Amino acid sequence: MNFTINVWRQNGPKEKGKIATYQVSGISNDMSFLEMIDVLNEQLITQNINPVVFDHDCREGICGMCSMFINGEAHGPGRGVTTCQLHMREFKDGDTITIEPFRAKAFPVIKDLMVDRSSFDRIIQAGGYVSVNTSGNLPDANATPIEKQDADAAFDAATCIGCGACVATCKNASAMLFTSAKVSQLSLLPQGKIEANERVLNMVKQMDMEGFGNCTNTGACEVECPKGISIENIARMNREFLGASITSK
Amino acid sequence: MSKLKSEIPEGSLAEKWTKHKAKIPLVSPANKRQIDVIVVGTGLAGSSAAASLAELGYNVKAFCFQDSPRRAHSIAAQGGINAAKNYQNDGDSVFRLFYDTIKGGDYRSREANVHRLAEVSTNIIDQCVAQGVPFAREYGGLLDNRSFGGVQVSRTFYAKGQTGQQLLLGAYSALSRQVAKGRVELLSRHEMVELVVVDGKSRGIIARNLVTGELERHSAHAVLLCTGGYGNVFYLSTNAMGSNVTAAWKAHKKGAFMANPCFTQIHPTCIPVSGDSQSKLTLMSESLRNDGRIWVPKKIEDAKAIREGKIKPTDLPEEERDYYLERRYPAFGNLVPRDVASRAAKERCDAGFGVNKTGEAVYLDFSSAIERFGAEAAHVKGIQNPSDEDIKKLGERVIESKYGNLFQMYEKITAQNPYKTPMMIYPAVHYTMGGVWVDYNLMTTVPGLFALGEANFSDHGANRLGASALMQGLADGYFVAPYTIGTYLSKDIITGKISTNLPEFEEAENNARKRMEGFLNNNGNTPVESFHRDLGKIMWSQCGMARNEKDLKKAIADIRSLRDKFYAEVKVTGKMNEMNPELDKAGRVADFLELGELMCMDALAREESCGGHFREEYQSKEGEAVRKDGEFAFVSAWEFSENDPGKSKLHKEELSFENVELNTRSYK
Repeated sequence: MNFTINVWRQNGPKEKGKIATYQVSGISNDMSFLEMIDVLNEQLITQNINPVVFDHDCREGICGMCSMFINGEAHGPGRGVTTCQLHMREFKDGDTITIEPFRAKAFPVIKDLMVDRSSFDRIIQAGGYVSVNTSGNLPDANATPIEKQDADAAFDAATCIGCGACVATCKNASAMLFTSAKVSQLSLLPQGKIEANERVLNMVKQMDMEGFGNCTNTGACEVECPKGISIENIARMNREFLGASITSK
Repeated sequence: MSKLKSEIPEGSLAEKWTKHKAKIPLVSPANKRQIDVIVVGTGLAGSSAAASLAELGYNVKAFCFQDSPRRAHSIAAQGGINAAKNYQNDGDSVFRLFYDTIKGGDYRSREANVHRLAEVSTNIIDQCVAQGVPFAREYGGLLDNRSFGGVQVSRTFYAKGQTGQQLLLGAYSALSRQVAKGRVELLSRHEMVELVVVDGKSRGIIARNLVTGELERHSAHAVLLCTGGYGNVFYLSTNAMGSNVTAAWKAHKKGAFMANPCFTQIHPTCIPVSGDSQSKLTLMSESLRNDGRIWVPKKIEDAKAIREGKIKPTDLPEEERDYYLERRYPAFGNLVPRDVASRAAKERCDAGFGVNKTGEAVYLDFSSAIERFGAEAAHVKGIQNPSDEDIKKLGERVIESKYGNLFQMYEKITAQNPYKTPMMIYPAVHYTMGGVWVDYNLMTTVPGLFALGEANFSDHGANRLGASALMQGLADGYFVAPYTIGTYLSKDIITGKISTNLPEFEEAENNARKRMEGFLNNNGNTPVESFHRDLGKIMWSQCGMARNEKDLKKAIADIRSLRDKFYAEVKVTGKMNEMNPELDKAGRVADFLELGELMCMDALAREESCGGHFREEYQSKEGEAVRKDGEFAFVSAWEFSENDPGKSKLHKEELSFENVELNTRSYK
């Protein structure tokens, strides 16, 4: 298959970027989207053009590193996939494909398609943990039974890979889905309940400080989330936040 | 010639760790504040070590090449983590986990290290649950377990097919807590490119800031390598694209011995290679072998017809299928260890029974499990005389709840529905048991340099059992290194801050700069990727699942000439002081091109078959591995010399077994 690729080129955070157009050929059905970019890059190198910079690592949909906005959608067409799990069989021979970085004020572009998502790390640092030391001298793992339903719901929230598709998709560039997934996971478990009030207040405060927008319940984040994180988590976080705000000392 | 001192404590096996811990000199809290520790890599071993050392009071700097510590490749581990909890009351114990691991490793690991691992395994589960890791639970609210290859108990804890993710996020959260307290300085998008050795001691690193391209000097009293394995030397593997050997290899060139580099784990259940432009392979968790049955057609003409698309696997009746693992290894069946399962698949495919276009695939079939679970579910629901269709539907639902995300992943990649037609799988490079040589305290042959997790060689011998990598990474990081590092640091409390203006830092930085400028100024025409691909082909065909003297000698010659060609013809675009992933890749591939040669040398020197290392010259009539304990019960530790991997010197650490009898490993 052959494609026309429109791709965002930007040399650095402060430089102006623009769309460049390249042709790629000899792409097979079974190639992943990133393998198609690999082919493009090898071609660019032999033409003495700097290859397109993009984030990627595990290439099996779990590390959360890949972050392209393809034809106007985070991680491209298809549901429940990251860009590395998108295959070229989803496109038609001769298609024109437009690739941009994830765009948000809190995700500044580093180069080309690569953005800085360290704001997510700082949200977790604000309270996305249970404050126990790693001594191992703790109660036996089976000392506190946890209702399967809660354990499963906590797991579902915990599967967030921190890719930022929710932010890139949201018209307000809100990080509510990301933040609420961690808040939910920990508040559903007895181990996390103890610090639940402080956690939700601190994480939300950090989220606002980073420059993420607010949630206006469009639900677009849930649709584009490669891991199917539910917006029920946002509702739970709002409830937790309200409760914590009223009772905070 | 330096002598290898394993520092294994005296005493009976079960007492060694407890007694040793009690004797390790402590560093007082006031002194800890004066001591800097560098942790390279933020996977399970790195994140857990950095968090634990910071909690203890050391000043920690944590480095990772990814944009966040949470992306390290531990995140991709699927199946689970072992622990000798005996929650299932099926006869498990610390000794049994120790024994299974020693046997599974084909008697090429250290008894004392493995026993320690089994001892601390139970603390890991307690720790993780306290951190809020959402392990799978039963309806009663207690933790659930499953079985993995090479064992006959259920001791694997799991979180669907995302156990590595959940454990890493647990360790990452502990690390984040210390970052928030200012106890850990986090340097993401940084790659270690040199180790700095001062007066024979590890005193810091040179790291490249991958965003600005600057070379930075970082000093410390101790450096911990938690940099994972080197499976990407094969180009195609289940490792992440960025996984590399550079940190470990730079340390090796500064005096850290590499141990058992040829011990590579080829995982039996991966999605087969589909084309030439493939960049990586995807694992299908070993947990699938709990319920999936592996087979190929009995008749070679059926295999041919399947390859040509004339018949479908579902067309073949039960009696025309060869469940070769169940046939050859009735006691363990589909749950034999990975090395055994991989070789058996290769044997069938080499004999012409492969089932995909390339002839390199076998089936992993869930139809019997779907029927079994379906019938059970119908019974529970009180459905009388359920139809076949009802049973299938109910059974598929059970399978979905157990392996849903894996089945979805398979379907995304292959565009085939594994509920309706068997999965196709083939072995692929997955893990490296070999690594940097360490003593009992996890210190390398360079004082002050430690290696943890997959980066070291210590616990898995010649073959790692499933669900044991996560166990080792967290054991080393949470519970071993934070203690044992005291043996070294307690003598270093009066050193004071280490200056980065020392000539050794200057020299290391200049070396790194010269190397990178060399790549950028080279007038070649060939992208880095192409050399990596060629190296992978050599390694896979001649130092892969089966090896022999003739091939290995040829591989060594081929790698040497490929290396020459690389330096003559490689083309790297861009500049030094900017973000330049091609330049980073060139450095990594240069190191793989040296490591590959050493792996072949190690495989050549080990004239026996053991675990993942199968030498065709040493096999029984039935094709089983023949170990030679009299001559080869040792760890090979290679010393880099004369700036040429081909001139590396072999040191031997003899292994003594006092608590287990060396038997021929049998899973029949």
